[in-house]
Amino acid sequence: MELYDKTALEIGRMIKNKDISCREAAKAYIENIKAKDGELNSFVTVLEEEGLKQADEVQKRLDLGEELSPLAGVPMAIKDNICTKDVLTSCSSKMLYNFKPPYNACAVEKIEAAGAVVLGKTNMDEFAMGGSTETSYYGATKNPYDYERVPGGSSGGSAAAVGAGLVPYALGSDTGGSIRQPCSFCGVSGIKPTYGGVSRYGLVAFASSLDQIGPIGKDVRDCAEILSVISGHDRRDSTSVKGFEYDFSDSFDGSVKGLKIGIPTNFYGEGLNEDVKTSVLGAAKLLKDMGAELYEFEMPVVDYAVPAYYIIACAEASSNLSRYDGIKYGYRSNEGESLLDVFVNSRSEGFGMEVKRRIMLGSFVLSSGYYDAYYKKGLQTRALIKKSFNEAFEKCDMIISPVAPTTAFKIGENITDPLKMYLGDIYTVAVNLAGIPAVSVPCGFDGKGLPVGLQLIGQTFSEAKLVKAAYAYQQNTDWHKRAFEKMKGGSL
Amino acid sequence: MILDIKLIEYLEELSRLKLSDEEKEKVKKDLSGILSYVDSLNELDTTDVEPMSHPFDFTNNFRKDEVKPSFDRELILKNAPKKKDGCFQVPKTVE
Amino acid sequence: MSWETVIGLEVHVELATKSKIFCSCTTEFGGAPNTHVCPVCSGLPGVLPTLNENVVEFAIKTGLATNCEITRFNKFDRKNYFYPDLPKAYQVSQLYLPICRNGHVDIEVNGNKKSIGIHEIHMEEDAGKLVHDPWEDSTLVDYNRCGVPLLEIVSEPDFRSAEEVIAYLEKLRETLIYLGVSDCKMQEGSMRADVNLSVRPTGAAEFGTRTEMKNINSFKAIGRAIAYEAKRQIEQIEMGKRVIQETRRWDENKDATYAMRSKENAQDYRYFPEPDLLPIEISEEWIERAKSEMPEPAWAKRERYVSEMGLSEYDAKVLTTERSLALLFEDTTALCGEPKEVCNLIIGELMRLITESQTAADKIYVDPGKMAEIIKLTVEGKINRNAEKEVFEALFKEDIDPVSYIEEKGLMMLEDDGLVESTVEEVIKNNPKSIEDYKGGKQKAFGFLVGQTMRALKGKANPQTVNKILKEKLDSL
Repeated sequence: MELYDKTALEIGRMIKNKDISCREAAKAYIENIKAKDGELNSFVTVLEEEGLKQADEVQKRLDLGEELSPLAGVPMAIKDNICTKDVLTSCSSKMLYNFKPPYNACAVEKIEAAGAVVLGKTNMDEFAMGGSTETSYYGATKNPYDYERVPGGSSGGSAAAVGAGLVPYALGSDTGGSIRQPCSFCGVSGIKPTYGGVSRYGLVAFASSLDQIGPIGKDVRDCAEILSVISGHDRRDSTSVKGFEYDFSDSFDGSVKGLKIGIPTNFYGEGLNEDVKTSVLGAAKLLKDMGAELYEFEMPVVDYAVPAYYIIACAEASSNLSRYDGIKYGYRSNEGESLLDVFVNSRSEGFGMEVKRRIMLGSFVLSSGYYDAYYKKGLQTRALIKKSFNEAFEKCDMIISPVAPTTAFKIGENITDPLKMYLGDIYTVAVNLAGIPAVSVPCGFDGKGLPVGLQLIGQTFSEAKLVKAAYAYQQNTDWHKRAFEKMKGGSL
Repeated sequence: MILDIKLIEYLEELSRLKLSDEEKEKVKKDLSGILSYVDSLNELDTTDVEPMSHPFDFTNNFRKDEVKPSFDRELILKNAPKKKDGCFQVPKTVE
Repeated sequence: MSWETVIGLEVHVELATKSKIFCSCTTEFGGAPNTHVCPVCSGLPGVLPTLNENVVEFAIKTGLATNCEITRFNKFDRKNYFYPDLPKAYQVSQLYLPICRNGHVDIEVNGNKKSIGIHEIHMEEDAGKLVHDPWEDSTLVDYNRCGVPLLEIVSEPDFRSAEEVIAYLEKLRETLIYLGVSDCKMQEGSMRADVNLSVRPTGAAEFGTRTEMKNINSFKAIGRAIAYEAKRQIEQIEMGKRVIQETRRWDENKDATYAMRSKENAQDYRYFPEPDLLPIEISEEWIERAKSEMPEPAWAKRERYVSEMGLSEYDAKVLTTERSLALLFEDTTALCGEPKEVCNLIIGELMRLITESQTAADKIYVDPGKMAEIIKLTVEGKINRNAEKEVFEALFKEDIDPVSYIEEKGLMMLEDDGLVESTVEEVIKNNPKSIEDYKGGKQKAFGFLVGQTMRALKGKANPQTVNKILKEKLDSL
């Protein structure tokens, strides 16, 4: 078994047992990045020198007997919309092509304090707007299973890098499925935490009431460990929840006995790819065989999640992205002379088409005369969706659902049709609107050999329960391991 | 909802963006399609539903009124495309 | 035709918090450009606001002092527009649920009382400063003021004259300073007024088209700007033209207003609830606590000083110009029970000392206990008026202990009647001519003899005692 097949916790143990040094681990992954990322394009920035230096520092801390996290010394990568001090944080946009923040995001501070070795910043859809990592200023990232296909998005770089064994784990962000959908496309695991569970301080905002940072790893056990490190109250984020700490101590007994799992039947209707449906329902059956109880019901209002999501996300984005005006940081156009020229030309040249489209859509739904019909309606729909989830969680502990209606599609296939692309978010966006957590894990392959993912959705701060079910599932399946086996013999 | 070019141009102005004629047409078509889909929300009865702008109901997260050191000015200006005399520099503002 | 001027005010006051509204940078005025700035107030990507609780506290107190309803559940909204002084390209403000609503401020102009309605008060952040750079004909942007907390106090269009506007602003200023929520210095921009003004024929029911005047930075200028703008609008209408709804800038040097941007092409600010901040819920207990902590307003103090303490209206007014002086007056009076004496010492001596020492009245410290002691000694005749002034000056400058100081400097009046008696005898012996004059009925001679005695005693004797003993001695001759 090669190092690249191991989970982050396995590597952490090897480091702790001195089977391998931090530097050796970092070096091995850097070699892999160098060998494969030229084509995969999952990184915007590779931190070779800095990574090795950091590895040595962590080694020193370990050698001095400092009590660090089980992830200490394990290499990792960070999505390029999470601020890293003095390291390019571009959000894969020309607009921030040279932006080096003078500070670290809270999640970065925490993961580094735990002994993480940061090997680089990963590619993404520009400002996290997209589901394919095709809108990046630095070019599309490829799916490790099939270079003709997208890795999903917007955390496509993070998911592809983990899927291809370039890092054991990575941080992503999820505004409408941006962790879960690329995990599903790349055959890896991820968690979209409860809103307020992880500080957003230092996460470049896309849609403030929906954004969350979360882990992407080879299995859900790694993800839970990463989440325990990066979560917790942060004074600098007013929406970070006080007085709550994740406790995964009961999550790894491998049992789902007595868990009530809901199946919203309307999630499995028209538009869902048959292979995906078969895999997810197959997983539901297995969970039942393992001792869980299944309940079927309908959540019709969730069918309206996509339009509500695009109204709210674009409205917030139009405001959040107004600060990019060519004055304080980032790209400034040389065209034109007036102040208005600086604003308009810098923004028109600095943003890609998808970002512009969403800014304009967001400006529209907030503009005078349309606010009530669109923005307010979107917020009311959001309230109904939240209510629908609350009602569902009175009946069951969690919901099992597909992550995406399809497996990875071809690069260029959907990019010209934004609406078609948006409809791909049908299963993920409702979770963000409701602010609740979801875990995404591999559950099979389609006819073309592409990974399929499922998600378990739970009530606010029920991550430990979701992890428990997902861990038990992964103990009884090897989809998450087959993924890596396949890549070795397959397209990589 | 079908958008006309005048509205697209108004949105350009609000967003401080300038599109080529071709892009305008494309955005008009895309946004019209998206908004027609969004209009399906009208099927939902939202009478008396309180709009939900936050995912949870928490209130009152305050900071104590205490001064902490500001940032080094060099760090604040570090990323500025144009600066002068410790300030960000922009073309003349007209009033 | 006679015309009526209708005016509404939007007053912005910078709050006297130590730190900014959404970050911990100082609110101190001045400083080199961009040195009171951090990633939050300069709008760097990824940063988030955290609300200063004192801003809410100050807003509640201001609302209570202006008879407003406090909005128990209120929240912030974003007001979106592009301008270089606004680094996030949105201002965090309150549109939908402002913290205070439906209040009033009572004013008096030429003996007529009037109540001015307060439409709302909301919290928001200040913008940065733009400075023209003549060398490169560009603009330089300084974010030091960015994020300084503001209250915007929006009145109803209840004013009919510049005098009413100024009376209201003075009342508001006094109230806010007393509350300690703002220093209201118009010159430093910590109090700014935008004036909405329209004219209509006297008696008309409908309002005319209004203009908004910005950039007015003194009470005097407000009076002049109102006079100018009302005249301009009347002239427009009388010439058959219509008034355009627009924003106009007051030019202090040219004594005129100029059109800025037209409001007909009104900005579409796309307000929406600020997702980065939680709503604010104000409990009954919070309001009660704020109420109990609120100082007595100046107007109430003045009424009390006149009716209960017997001061003149003039004295009451002078004492309440500064809250620190009023408090010193009250504390000292409570200890010595001599309001008139305390008042005289403050107005006569303390205010002179403050001016001479060039300190701000709110920065001085005088111990009320020691001040009361000095006054008691004076009233009891143990020190004379000159000594009182001298001791008080020492108290002001060096916070001395009055009794030790008086003893050290030998300022205490003599209590020893024997010494007075022997001194009187001495004086009588040395001034036979005056004794004769006195005996001859010249009262002036008596005064001379008192003076001689006092001089011999270095002024430290009680004049009444001297009078009494001298008279006895002379009469027994």
